[in-house]
Amino acid sequence: MPAEEFDAIVVGSGISGGWAAKELTEKGLRVLLLERGKNVEHIKDYVNARKAPWEFPHRGGRTHAMEEAYPVLRRDYPLNEKNLDWWASDADSPYTEVKRFDWFRGYQVGGRSLMWGRQSYRWSEYDFEANARDGLAVDWPIRYADLAPWYDHVERHAGISGSHEQMPQLPDGQFQPAMPLNCGEELVAGRLKNFFDGRRRIIPGRVANLTEARPGRAPCQYRNACWLGCPYGGYFSTQSSTLPAAMATDRLTLKPFAIVTEVLYDRDRKRASGVRVIDAVSEKSIEYKAPLIFLCASTLNTAWILMRSATDVWPDGLGSSSGELGHNLMDHHFRLGASGKLEEASLEKRYYYGRRPNGFYIPRYRNLFGDKRPYLRGFGYQGSASRSDWQRAVGELGIGGEFKDAMSQPGQWEIGATAFGEMLPNHDNKVSIDESRTDKWGLPVLKIDCATGENERLMGLDMKNDMAEMLEAAGARDVEPYERGYFPGMGIHEMGTARMGRDPRTSVLNEWNQVWDAPNVFVTDGACMTSSACQNPSLTYMALTARAADYAVKELKRRNL
Amino acid sequence: MPDSERPDLVTRREAILRVSALLGGAALVGQTAMLAGCAREDVAFPAYSADDVALLDEIAETILPETDTPGAKAAGVGPFIAMMVVDTYDQREQQVFRAGLQTLESECRSMHGVSFLSATPEQRTSLLRKLDAEQLQFMHTAGKREPAHYFRMLKELTLLGYFTSEIGYTQAMRYIETPGRFDPCVPYEPGEKTWAVHA
Repeated sequence: MPAEEFDAIVVGSGISGGWAAKELTEKGLRVLLLERGKNVEHIKDYVNARKAPWEFPHRGGRTHAMEEAYPVLRRDYPLNEKNLDWWASDADSPYTEVKRFDWFRGYQVGGRSLMWGRQSYRWSEYDFEANARDGLAVDWPIRYADLAPWYDHVERHAGISGSHEQMPQLPDGQFQPAMPLNCGEELVAGRLKNFFDGRRRIIPGRVANLTEARPGRAPCQYRNACWLGCPYGGYFSTQSSTLPAAMATDRLTLKPFAIVTEVLYDRDRKRASGVRVIDAVSEKSIEYKAPLIFLCASTLNTAWILMRSATDVWPDGLGSSSGELGHNLMDHHFRLGASGKLEEASLEKRYYYGRRPNGFYIPRYRNLFGDKRPYLRGFGYQGSASRSDWQRAVGELGIGGEFKDAMSQPGQWEIGATAFGEMLPNHDNKVSIDESRTDKWGLPVLKIDCATGENERLMGLDMKNDMAEMLEAAGARDVEPYERGYFPGMGIHEMGTARMGRDPRTSVLNEWNQVWDAPNVFVTDGACMTSSACQNPSLTYMALTARAADYAVKELKRRNL
Repeated sequence: MPDSERPDLVTRREAILRVSALLGGAALVGQTAMLAGCAREDVAFPAYSADDVALLDEIAETILPETDTPGAKAAGVGPFIAMMVVDTYDQREQQVFRAGLQTLESECRSMHGVSFLSATPEQRTSLLRKLDAEQLQFMHTAGKREPAHYFRMLKELTLLGYFTSEIGYTQAMRYIETPGRFDPCVPYEPGEKTWAVHA
């Protein structure tokens, strides 16, 4: 049977792949969207979203059985009783850690767009210029102006709520109204303006939760249960946003349980011709053909596919001619910050209503506007203020009826924030194929060798101390800096391994996200990133994907692919 | 986010915080080893007997008794504790917990001359107040790798089991499944109950 043919194949259905499918189908292409995991239908399959919290037997916690089944996932919060179904099985898909690397994966339609944190920040000119300015790694082949219209485009469709702040390091966008700061946060934000030259500012988090309805989607209902799937479509996911748009064109074919094992490469035409897939259920091998391929399999799996492709021409895989394929893996280092108590009498008679799935943000201020630190780049903070609840009772002396009734009332206001820091690109942080181990489908696994360095260590000191300093300046009491321990991957912001650049000798992709060695293969997920900035990266993947899709269709029509 | 939940924090990080806070945070019993990613020995302790569960119910009810709102027993905290210890505590913690129940009984006999189940509510309360002070002192001085004091375990699981039960959410606290809006700053009068945070 001849291979099925499409106008384009998109590999992966998460944030990037969903955008590729939407943009390409809307521009008239018949698209095959391949997903390695199961299907998750919008609303219908959000089986845990309607459960009351007390219906989870361990109340969301984790059991011995879960820990045993998920030796990686258990290293941090993702191992939990409530949405375990959406985290990939460590047993089915092992990987090799040369150094500890926490790889938290989502193998289903929608990928991690179902569980993501939804914080959505534009990168700025400072970020795209960073490598050139510091003489580090390679220069980004694009600047902010190249991406700005595409940020506009994706923000309008995805629905990002946020405030306009006129901060050059964090450009404003096409926002829906912001989710406001609560009174504790407002108090601290107001005081902070009087310190540090007003450079450290608390603003509402910019988040992919609607505050106004979009077609087919209701605004956020303030349940704060996003990671169980939203029956209202209140937050951006593939299911709520890009997949319905692609489906509406009637040009999308979605195939779950399709594990792409390589890009098929035609060495005569110097172009990809399609992909090879293993059916995750039947384990049959299948080929699909198309003149255009978008790899959006998530950073590390995209690298894995490239490294297994065209090995008859390049032993290290498609895109390896530069020597950079698999290298320059990055994440955001974090888990450092501070918390404190707000004892103002004015706050004791203040509370809030509704469970806001968002908090505040403090945009980067280090190494900007004349500030100079002993490290490169910077970090931003995400935090929130709230009144304490019954959990405070654990550490307090007391039993009995009065104690119980007191703990049923809100306690003191508390505030805290965690820094997310930029991680420098480093050639030595790399992935490769481990031929000695295989996964459930007999495929060789990925080997990850990645560590933070001196720049991250030095930045970490500021990440911890600055927050304590700000809280103290703003009048918080009992301020406690914290450092909870970080290993690469924990940020779940994997980036790099197929970086964009200006020169095929030092980069894997060009300015349009095309693989230099196969111009009809586009990589638009986190693998393409040339540096990591400190902002949450997903919005940038969306914009890069939409921009690349627009270019790809034009090139296809010009018969350049 | 993170950490103590979403200290609060935000979003995904918030989820982190939430979950670990739910279980008591990294300081919580049973959580330190798994957060550190260490291997834990597996445990095959027998489930708790009906008598054990009855005792746990009464201990929990003494910690969080019926007031204007139902107490821990009505919220099913005894069976919840028994399940959580078996399903989530590591071997050392389970040993401490089991031995602790016997210690509690013998402390009750030496203090009041009767078993806990035979003791009056006042006797139960005075015993648990003593144990509560003891556990707090212990927790301040114990090493991080040491299992928690058994009464700390009982108290944590009682609080967790009660405040995350339907009674805890809807009677001890206020809970609305779908708030529908966010008011960032509303008046609060002392005595008003907590809005339950965990959806």
